[in-house]
Amino acid sequence: MSKKIKVLIAKPGLDGHDRGAKVVSRALRDAGMEVIYTGIRQTPEQIVATAIQEDVDSIGLSCLSGAHNKLFPKVVDLLKEKGADDVLVFGGGIIPDEDIPGLKAAGIAEIFLPGASTEETIEFIRNNVKTA
Amino acid sequence: MEDLVAGLLAGKVRSLAKAITIVENDLPGKREILKSIYPKTGHAYLLGITGPPGAGKSTLTDKIIAHLRREGKSVAVIAVDPSSPFSGGAILGDRIRMQQHALDDGVFIRSMATRSHLGGLAKNTVDVIHLFDAAGKDVIIIETVGVGQDEVDIVRIAQTTVVVMVPGLGDSVQISKAGVMEIADVFAVNKADRDGADKLLSELKAMLDMIKDEVKPEIFRTVATDDVGIDELVAGIFAHGKRVEESGLIEKKRRQKAENELRAYIYDMIMERAQGLEAYNDVVSRVAAKQETPMDGVEELFTELGIRIQEEKNAEED
Ligand code: B12
Ligand SMILES: Nc1nc2c(ncn2[C@@H]2O[C@H](COP(=O)(O)OP(=O)(O)OP(=O)(O)O)[C@@H](O)[C@H]2O)c(=O)[nH]1
Ligand SMILES: [Mg+2]
Repeated sequence: MSKKIKVLIAKPGLDGHDRGAKVVSRALRDAGMEVIYTGIRQTPEQIVATAIQEDVDSIGLSCLSGAHNKLFPKVVDLLKEKGADDVLVFGGGIIPDEDIPGLKAAGIAEIFLPGASTEETIEFIRNNVKTA
Repeated sequence: MEDLVAGLLAGKVRSLAKAITIVENDLPGKREILKSIYPKTGHAYLLGITGPPGAGKSTLTDKIIAHLRREGKSVAVIAVDPSSPFSGGAILGDRIRMQQHALDDGVFIRSMATRSHLGGLAKNTVDVIHLFDAAGKDVIIIETVGVGQDEVDIVRIAQTTVVVMVPGLGDSVQISKAGVMEIADVFAVNKADRDGADKLLSELKAMLDMIKDEVKPEIFRTVATDDVGIDELVAGIFAHGKRVEESGLIEKKRRQKAENELRAYIYDMIMERAQGLEAYNDVVSRVAAKQETPMDGVEELFTELGIRIQEEKNAEED
């Protein structure tokens, strides 16, 4: 039995826009992945604790409120702190193009904007997670 | 592997999480891990939470966790959700209701998908329970998928099974579903803030009176969203556990559990070896073409595996 890809889809911060996160969750499920969705208003600390307990391969962060530059890197830093930096982190939402290089430098592997197809996300995860 | 075991026994979250992944996915090392921890199991209180979809199982679990934490008990939760029969994927959403405990070191929540396993749990749920048990969790709560009537595996595993019911789901139909009635050690009539709770309660009582059980399950009204009735429910749960303990049934239950675990593995381990035989596909073809009965096919495979089957005569003699 090959191990299923397990992904945490999380919404950090106070942003209440959850449609995109749900769309992505369902698409990943339909691609055969096991998705943990923890709802809105999660702190980076909660997200990382959840990722570690669930031993996910990957975390997908969703943010439409504009707080991505602060919250996304925080998640990556906390993972490093906990020795869990083998977890692939990517994100999506309303994110200005000029912010993307900074986010990538901070360890966010990829950013998916409105208009990006969920197939691209699925491809990306399949090609980039390290499964045992 | 030794590091992992040492880590999980010492309460390291990451070691435990990685060990669960190995056990859940039947990855190499599983047998070794279970072997090293098995003697350390048998101390946790196993609590099953089951009931129809949306009844409030996760919300109740969240409040039960909070109650147990106030008593200083460490808690693990295994939250089972169904896999999609089409894609094999799953959205594991139970945990949303329990995120207030995400940063509590005394609470470890793990989601599991059924992966087409029937019975309301995932195939390797019991093995994950063993890991939590060995890691020293005081109480392990197992939330089943939202069940119909046949998904009652939980009762063979838990010390106490709580069946969660809600008003307005077609009460008498809900109640008369035999499976669910028989597995309940304790009932929670949740969403008691809604119309119809009294009616459900009295119908439930009437139904229980008809069943000539010596000890009737206790019924509690709860409003999980408002934390109402939880203290009473938890007291009722442990009172049930104590009754079982004192009745002397516990030893019998332990043996039954051991037998169930053996049964599951006998199937799994023999099947794995049978599928590894060259003759396996031929036997499947012959049975499919109605040239051979399944029993004869099994006998042929068993012979190849060196498993002797008793002659039918012998079986009839005693
Ligand atoms: C619907 C909507 C709402 C709804 C939200 C309903 C809900 N439950 O989600 C309501 C009306 C509640 C709302 C409220 C607000 N909104 Co609004 N809202 C929108 C709107 C019109 C559409 C968002 C949407 O649902 N799109 C559909 C989904 C499917 O797309 P998506 O979320 O973008 O997701 C896609 C991609 O981004 C990506 N993606 C997203 N997340 C992730 C995650 C991962 C891991 C991956 C791989 C991909 C991915 O994939 C998805 C599919 O392609 C946008 C404008 C817009 N055109 O985007 C504004 C918008 C997001 N809202 C905005 C604002 C300001 C607000 C309010 C603050 C307004 C106010 N002043 O009250 C409030 C705040 C609410 C809150 N608590 O956070 C601004 C944000 C501005 C900013 N970032 O600087 C926007 C951009 C409008 C604008 N142009 O000003 N909003
Ligand atoms: N009115 C009311 N709503 C409740 C109560 N308990 C739970 N709910 C709501 O019922 C919905 C389902 O609750 P969950 O706890 O997710 O139910 P569940 O049984 O775990 O659901 P599944 O795991 O999907 O089968 C949520 O919207 C809860 O807020 C209650 O006592 N009263
Ligand atoms: Mg639930």
